[in-house]
Amino acid sequence: MDTNALLQIYIFVLAGFVGYQVITKVPALLHTPLMSATNAISGISLVGSIVVAGHDFSALATVFGLVAVTAATINVVGGFMITDRMLRMFKRKEKPSS
Amino acid sequence: MTESLIQVAYLLAAVLFILGLRGLTAPDTARRGMNLAALGMLAAVVGTLLHHDIVRYEWILIGVVVGSGVGAAMAIFMPMTAMPQRIALSHAFGALAATLVGLAKYDILMASEELGRARMGAIAFEVMFGSLTITGSLMAFAKLQELMRGSPITYRGQNAMNISLFAITFCLFIYLVFDPSQRELLYGMAGLGLAIGVLMVLPIGGADMPVVVSLLNSYAGLAASATGFAIDNNVLIIAGALDGASGFLLSVLMSRAMNRSFANVIFGAFGTPQATAGAKSAAGLSVRSITVEDAAIQMAYARLVIVVPGYGMAVAQAQHQVRELAEQVEKRGGEVKYAIHPVAGRMPGHMNVLLAEANVPYDKLYDMEAINSEFANADVALVIGANDVVNPAARNDKSSPIYGMPILNVDAAKAVIVMKRSMNPGFAGIENELFYDAKTSMLFGDAKASLGKLVTEMKNV
Repeated sequence: MDTNALLQIYIFVLAGFVGYQVITKVPALLHTPLMSATNAISGISLVGSIVVAGHDFSALATVFGLVAVTAATINVVGGFMITDRMLRMFKRKEKPSS
Repeated sequence: MTESLIQVAYLLAAVLFILGLRGLTAPDTARRGMNLAALGMLAAVVGTLLHHDIVRYEWILIGVVVGSGVGAAMAIFMPMTAMPQRIALSHAFGALAATLVGLAKYDILMASEELGRARMGAIAFEVMFGSLTITGSLMAFAKLQELMRGSPITYRGQNAMNISLFAITFCLFIYLVFDPSQRELLYGMAGLGLAIGVLMVLPIGGADMPVVVSLLNSYAGLAASATGFAIDNNVLIIAGALDGASGFLLSVLMSRAMNRSFANVIFGAFGTPQATAGAKSAAGLSVRSITVEDAAIQMAYARLVIVVPGYGMAVAQAQHQVRELAEQVEKRGGEVKYAIHPVAGRMPGHMNVLLAEANVPYDKLYDMEAINSEFANADVALVIGANDVVNPAARNDKSSPIYGMPILNVDAAKAVIVMKRSMNPGFAGIENELFYDAKTSMLFGDAKASLGKLVTEMKNV
């Protein structure tokens, strides 16, 4: 196994560990926003999709790239927007108006 | 120079993602945290556009514009009650992107250079997990959207078949790592992955959805991480690992809340007709039903009311009526608290989001551990469309399939009112002795309609 792959595993393990530690502290109250937030963040596949879609390698690869960019963007844009919409609803006290 | 600029953008993105998730540890900091994470995403995308491999921008632009339109429309118009479906669907999108990137990258790498084993392993892993997550999530979506039966679908030899399919897929995976040149095998493996996704979710029932949705969340993350290994991109590895860890943790929490193991959820097919279930027959016991008027009087004079919402509340979309009822109780000097079981509903935190949507302040929502000791002080426990999570059989009846599952101690309250559509047993098909308790009265009917009448009635008491 080459050193680069080993370094990547290194990064993966440490990131997973950090993620586990941080997410353990997220209260059950916010578990749904957490899911949609991590979903938006994993829309980072967009980065990979962009590289493939813009590479101009073959027609098939470009089509795959285009679909991938679209799907990943739906997750990024939709994910962050709906997470914010949800989080806006969590209030400590009721609005005086309603 | 450009390369280091890109890497700096990725580093920034990774840090902002972690800070963003850290914001989610408290409701007050959550929104700011997510803004940071979104900023991180922007940095990563802008950085990527500088990548030397990118020679054409038009397809990227089209994808981004279409995706933004669809994503924004879904975020704006999708009702909160449809959140579980939306989450399931987004796992499918994420996995689709990862799978397609894997397949395309395979062609690109095969043409340009020798495809090493480590790289091939990453691509194969990405395609395998991606493809099964696509169909698995679509199945979960179909079940949640009620496009298909929510109850488990089982047949003879199901587990044996699933396990052998998975074994074949795994063999293909190993073969590909040793001989990356077999393009057909990669596509064959993707096809098998798609089939496994369908078969894996078929036997899983509605009440187990919180575990499955969390598990698919984890898979989608792992597929994204594998993409990072495949295209040599650290920010993908990090973001995928965060997502994978989060989904994994949630599935563990959900399984624990049902006192079941992962394996039991995946292979158990909980809701299959069980000859031994219902060890305690309902014969000879009678339920007491209550009129709306009597219920209103009970609620009006209660000092502490604990509301226990379940999936039934979500189905009836009754969260707004629940809040109106709480207002009536509070107007009379009573106090209302909400007891949220970890697996109430169809995804982690489902009830919290619905009640927050109805303007219920979040400091009135209590976790199971925090509220269980308070039931003894409650004058009325109002159970709205919850069943298994309040079934005392989980504590008392060793023969019950849900024995050992932590439950809300509703039966400790001075009086219990259960809102339910009919006497049909819940998802698990288990009789609930709470309904036959002398303290319990049943208010039959649609939860939304009943609550509406209850509110009107309380105004007149």
